[in-house]
Amino acid sequence: MIGVEGHYEVKLGQLPTLTGKPTHYCAGCEHGTLTRLIAYALQELGARERTVLVDSVGCSVLAHEYLNTDAVQAPHGRAPAVMTGIKRMRPDLLVFAVQGDGDAVSIGLSELIYAANRGEPITCFLVNNGIYGMTGGQMAPTTPAGMITTTTPHGRDITLTGPPIDASKLLATLEGPAYVKRVLLPVTPTPSADFYNARGSMEGARSVQNAFRVQEMGGFAFVEFVSTCSVNWKMSILQSKHYAAEVLAKIFPPGLYKDKFGVEKR
Amino acid sequence: MTAAREFLRGNEALAYGALKTGLNAFFGYPITPSSEIPETLANEFGNPRYPGFKVFLQAASELEAINMVIGAASTGAKAMAATSGPGFSLKQEGISYAAAMELPMLIVDVNRGGPGLGNLGPEQTDYFQATKGGGHGGYRNIVLAPSSVPDMAAFPALAFSLAFQYRNPVLILADAFLGQLKEDLMFPEVPAQEFDTSWATTGARGPERHILSSMHLDLPELSRHSEHLRSKFEEIDRREQRSEKYQTDDADVILVAFGICARLSQRAVVMLREKGIRAGLLRPITISPFPRGELAALVQRGVKNFLVVELNTGQMLEDVRLATGGRARLASVQRVGGLLPSPLDIVRQVEAMPR
Repeated sequence: MIGVEGHYEVKLGQLPTLTGKPTHYCAGCEHGTLTRLIAYALQELGARERTVLVDSVGCSVLAHEYLNTDAVQAPHGRAPAVMTGIKRMRPDLLVFAVQGDGDAVSIGLSELIYAANRGEPITCFLVNNGIYGMTGGQMAPTTPAGMITTTTPHGRDITLTGPPIDASKLLATLEGPAYVKRVLLPVTPTPSADFYNARGSMEGARSVQNAFRVQEMGGFAFVEFVSTCSVNWKMSILQSKHYAAEVLAKIFPPGLYKDKFGVEKR
Repeated sequence: MTAAREFLRGNEALAYGALKTGLNAFFGYPITPSSEIPETLANEFGNPRYPGFKVFLQAASELEAINMVIGAASTGAKAMAATSGPGFSLKQEGISYAAAMELPMLIVDVNRGGPGLGNLGPEQTDYFQATKGGGHGGYRNIVLAPSSVPDMAAFPALAFSLAFQYRNPVLILADAFLGQLKEDLMFPEVPAQEFDTSWATTGARGPERHILSSMHLDLPELSRHSEHLRSKFEEIDRREQRSEKYQTDDADVILVAFGICARLSQRAVVMLREKGIRAGLLRPITISPFPRGELAALVQRGVKNFLVVELNTGQMLEDVRLATGGRARLASVQRVGGLLPSPLDIVRQVEAMPR
């Protein structure tokens, strides 16, 4: 048994909400962490039989291989629109997507903003690692200034490409969303850097559960997970955890940006 | 159910036709000359006469609309969108995914002048885009071509029936003239149709679950999926070619025309017959699958002359050429820019053909 701050307990091992297939995610990637957090939350809610996962395009495109629920594939960036169609037709279903920063904040920003503005009762999880992972390390809308990517070989010049877009802040300006939260998901180094804490996973577990609860209360929920991509950042896994905490989390500060229903206080 | 005669615009008739066949969900973005479809449906939303009509939503873009249709269709709902040329282009991405995931749905294109922004006049220039696939990857749509306001009313029922039978997107390709034309009509009695939706993604009850995905990373697996789509379309091609013949039995010149051009050509046949020329009309109702069986039969019977009348620069002409296999003389009357040929223009073209 593991316990997350005393109120969240699940049995380790095979969950009915997981297929049990090993993931294709790179070592150290938070997509794997998030997959498991979602599986825990769905199991807690007893929601498998009324859940539809919407696959986005990017590293999470194979999410249905690992999460043992019904699933529909959305074109690149269009998951919030596909989720809207499902949820409007079948309000009894629990509908969610895991999107990357390219999917949600670049090619699909319009679909995300309008679903959020309508307050669609759906749940969007954003994995923001500041780079295109699946296509091999190109600049994302969230890439920090100066970061070297395959399409910014001399570092991202924000005078040419604009600065990184803050999706959580952007959505929080809208009336529609009920829950907007940003979590630093990777393990983070302590000041002495001799051990790492998993506060991010605990915070992540709570946020995933809250995001589903908000949907069941009839609200639009968005959780952004500041994450790593050590492979495309060309760093070791541990270096990437430091970079996420010291650089990315400064550009994208973790916090609760909106909580209309007060789920964090309950 | 009133069986009264009604006087409606084509777009309105199409909207009521969809409602009477049990439409569940409509997602749209305004574009002339198709906007009366969402407007009519918005007015009827919540009318207790249509209890199955659960969702009307104006989307923020054509892309959003088609993807909402994908979402609703994945639950097994009768879902549709309506648009015109520029919006139809934007919808191609979604239609490709829907064809790959074998989702039944109805997309209406009220063809306007093009390319680009073009104008608001009638054209049939989206013929290639509608009948040959339109989006990326290899797939086919079933495409119905109404030629009257009563057709606009009746075709949604046929479209949903074919869409669910074959689990494939079905398009209705109309044009600006048909969308705006007012005619009187009687709505056909549509029996309530129940379709098999056992494939829908509505939550996994038990160990079995449903996955609607267009991605098959394994090469042989995608190859098998594409073969499956191909054999499905071959079956559609064998079983669903639909056309209407007018005075073709003794004809030695056959006009081939769909949509509004079929109406003009029918009048031309009457005028030609008055002049003693034995003309007939073959009007494709499905332009995909194309009724090449009927054309081949006419060639077989010895018809040597075909005149293709269409509002583009020779798109259906290519299908007629394939169907007649070089064994007949082809001529054509083509108009673009929103202009229509007059029946007299068609008569003169027939008179100019060598016989």
